[in-house]
Amino acid sequence: MKQGLSWFNTSSLVIGFLFLYLPIALLVIYSFNESKLVTVWAGFSTKWYGEMLRNESLMNAAWVTVKVAFVASTFATVLGTLAGLIMTRFGPFRGRTLFSGMIYAPLVMPEVITGLSLLLMFVAISLDRGFVTVTIAHITFSMCYVAVVVQSRLVSFDRSIEEAAMDLGCTPGRTFLQITLPVIAPAVVAGWLLSFTLSLDDLVIASFTTGPGATTLPMKIYSQVRLGVTPEINAVCTILVGLVASGVLIASLVTRRQEVRREAEERAAQAAP
Amino acid sequence: MSDTGATGTAARSSGASATRKRWEPWNDPSERPHVQIANLTKRFGDFVAVDDISLDIYRKEFFSLLGPSGCGKTTLLRMLAGFELPSSGQILLEGEDMSGVPPYERPVNMMFQSYALFPHMNVEKNIAFGLKQDGVPKPEIERRVAEVIEMVQLNAFAKRKPHQLSGGQRQRVALARSLVKKPKMLLLDEPLGALDKNLRTQTQFELMNIQEETGITFVIVTHDQEEAMTVSSRIAVMDHGKIVQVSTPAELYEYPNSRYVADFIGEVNILEGRVDSREGDHLMIQSSEAGCAIQTGPSADEPVGRQVWIAVRPEKLSISLEAPASTPSSTWVNCLAGEVWDIGYLGNLSIYHVKLDNGKMVTATQANMARLIERPITWEDRVYLTWAPDAAVVLLN
Amino acid sequence: MPEPSQDPAPGEKIAYLGGGSASSGFFTGLHARLLLFAPYRLFVLLLVEMGFSGRSLVIAIPYLWLLAFFLAPFLIVLKISLAEVIVAQPPYTPLFVFIEDGFIAIQASLENYLFLMEDSLYWKSYVSSLRISLISTILALLIGYPIAYGMIRAPKRWRFALLMMVILPFWTSFLIRVYAWIGILKKEGLLNLALTQLGLISEPLTILNTDIAVFIGIVYSYLPFMILPLYANLEKMDLGLLEAAADLGCRPIKAFWVITVPLSLPGIVAGCFLVFIPALGEFVIPDLLGGSQTLMIGKTLWSEFFNNRDWPLSSAVAVILLLVLVLPIVLFQRMQERSTRAEG
Repeated sequence: MKQGLSWFNTSSLVIGFLFLYLPIALLVIYSFNESKLVTVWAGFSTKWYGEMLRNESLMNAAWVTVKVAFVASTFATVLGTLAGLIMTRFGPFRGRTLFSGMIYAPLVMPEVITGLSLLLMFVAISLDRGFVTVTIAHITFSMCYVAVVVQSRLVSFDRSIEEAAMDLGCTPGRTFLQITLPVIAPAVVAGWLLSFTLSLDDLVIASFTTGPGATTLPMKIYSQVRLGVTPEINAVCTILVGLVASGVLIASLVTRRQEVRREAEERAAQAAP
Repeated sequence: MSDTGATGTAARSSGASATRKRWEPWNDPSERPHVQIANLTKRFGDFVAVDDISLDIYRKEFFSLLGPSGCGKTTLLRMLAGFELPSSGQILLEGEDMSGVPPYERPVNMMFQSYALFPHMNVEKNIAFGLKQDGVPKPEIERRVAEVIEMVQLNAFAKRKPHQLSGGQRQRVALARSLVKKPKMLLLDEPLGALDKNLRTQTQFELMNIQEETGITFVIVTHDQEEAMTVSSRIAVMDHGKIVQVSTPAELYEYPNSRYVADFIGEVNILEGRVDSREGDHLMIQSSEAGCAIQTGPSADEPVGRQVWIAVRPEKLSISLEAPASTPSSTWVNCLAGEVWDIGYLGNLSIYHVKLDNGKMVTATQANMARLIERPITWEDRVYLTWAPDAAVVLLN
Repeated sequence: MPEPSQDPAPGEKIAYLGGGSASSGFFTGLHARLLLFAPYRLFVLLLVEMGFSGRSLVIAIPYLWLLAFFLAPFLIVLKISLAEVIVAQPPYTPLFVFIEDGFIAIQASLENYLFLMEDSLYWKSYVSSLRISLISTILALLIGYPIAYGMIRAPKRWRFALLMMVILPFWTSFLIRVYAWIGILKKEGLLNLALTQLGLISEPLTILNTDIAVFIGIVYSYLPFMILPLYANLEKMDLGLLEAAADLGCRPIKAFWVITVPLSLPGIVAGCFLVFIPALGEFVIPDLLGGSQTLMIGKTLWSEFFNNRDWPLSSAVAVILLLVLVLPIVLFQRMQERSTRAEG
């Protein structure tokens, strides 16, 4: 039995990926539809993109979302990297179990509960809801994702590299900055990207924790979608999907190319006398 | 235990080296030890990794910690480097207590088993790293880095990253990086473990040359007894967190102090017996395992009836098809009779596994001096193994 | 030989205090200089004696954040679930009431929980959530397994691209992916259009706003979570095992059932949990794709909160939802730990 695709394997791959990609593809295609009716193709047009750009409340929501996502993912990356470091490098300390519990729990917590609990908390401490509260909420759940990403990188990291740095006269703090951080940098960047897209994507938690003046794009899309499908929303979605997908694609292609080159160089080095 | 080893050494070598002056600081009472390890113990929970070890290491020594995995040698090394804090006991470096000093402030460097090269820095930067930490001025860093790169012959690779180097080159970068700070002591954790056999032998000699050139005290951890024998000035054999014997390679091989050491270093045949009588300066041993009486070399007095073990190296047994002249066989001394069970032909020598009449297996090796395809001794031949009285060692434990 | 010191001297202890944090040369220098002043030295010694160090300060930052914004909010939910709804700001009764003479009375009621048990809407939505999640999980497994299996049978040079194609939807907006289905599934949507044009149906099907649409939505959204653990597991499998089975006379289809499937069981279980757990608390999918009769607990909580403004009751719903989730989460955690131990 040799490796290779049977007709069954091929068709399940084709059907599977059609299932995964067709809905998005249709959405993109119909964002260029001339007609307002989404199901009737009436010729190619980019007029809905113009419409979208002229829609001030939509653009405002987009701007708020990007700001929230930027600030939240940056804080979440710092906090999450620290948390990942604590879980892999700090050994036992009092309250460690609770700490790792608080890192993992938000990953499986339904968004409705996270959103509700944060809202009730902000009300209890009478913090006015708006940009700040949404950002805090996003930092809290994103940092856990960052922590997990960074942690998995740190676990596979040869600890003797850090010990070697200390052995050569580097204090623990400087070792982190000069050795650990550069080596785990790809994981930290991936963590930032993940937080950014999570924040960009979040509807439920933002709906609970936001206030007047800080409506995010997903909330805007959601309220429009409830009224029906419009080509304008299709256009917004196309842009969002396009940005994120090309970002992820480029990032992974670049890392892939580096990996391939690295492997080739390693092979060349081993083959040399 | 290390004490008995040391005194025994002194007694023997004074006789042997009366004419030639050897470099043996451990036998010179006026010499001060470079590193003193005093009653050092490390516990991990209930597990005692290092058990009350005391040891002196002298300047410019190439000192080996040898033992099977899990014997505590790496833990001991990591305590010398400062990565593990002792549970009790002391480490003195040039008389100064190191126990509170973190690794980054110890004048000691380590070469890691995995080499631990910084993957994001090229060879030069890796080597310069330690000097930068100490704030050495830039021109001096450049000069010293160039110097060690020259020493380990990596000039052509200075700008390469670790992943662009072969295993042997990485090993040399790691060595250069730990040498460039001119540490008072260099710790090497299985430095050649990742290399293939040919490269390992070659690198052993390079290490010895570099050690001699730099004059730095080397402490090496290894589980490879051949490697330890090749490079070391002295070897400490460890087992279960304790040091069993500290001696020079030759003494360790020829005068092991226990069955453990005899067995761990090289091949050995061990025959159990009891002291029968004392004749002059030697003992007569009665051994049912050997099936003959055994005469020892000059030996300390032991009470009659005491259980002892006689250790004979395979190459010290001479194998013959002829029975000894004296009859009957019950009067034979130092002669084992048996049947050739198996032969291993290695080219330079042949290994004979001989099954004695009582069923015990004994190994003898013979150098193949003559160019012969057919050896005179073959399977199922009846053979006689003999040895000189002072070729065997009497072991008490 | 000097006596071995049991404890590091106070000076060494102080030196340690800077050790754990990311101290630059400036701060270490400042610290060293300030140590010359007795009050500072005393303060630092006090911190050291209390067990504070740079290390604990680093731990404190994310720890306190999570305590403040994860644990504390959750305790507040628990507290409010015991309160009663009132028309006020905030719209619930306080748990602790300060009465005269400085006494504090605890005003807790289990009324919300009793109400959840009495009103069939709530337990029905719990049961319905479990049912919908379970069915969707099984569907996702049936669709995901052939895809994951196809991926490992594909030539090695395709693997990266295939993997990327599975991961990519995971990064794109969840809301948008759900939204995309509305245009397809609705009565005058693309699916009905295509089916009528092909002559397969005469009357348009009603799919949107039914449970079927919710199944499709959940399977679609969480399919990557099913495929990735399956793929990771199947990829580690030695294809030589199948060759050995064939050599011993086992037909390929049988070999699949007696070798591949049992070996990929950890992947199957992990994938199922990764779909089941988030599906259980899902709000967006039942809200956008489901109908008014589609009951899911996330949706119930949302409407209780936003439409009825009954904060105490929605808190009680949240507490119960969490209790429902605890079992699968703990099971999943156990299984993960076992498999990491087995690998390590």
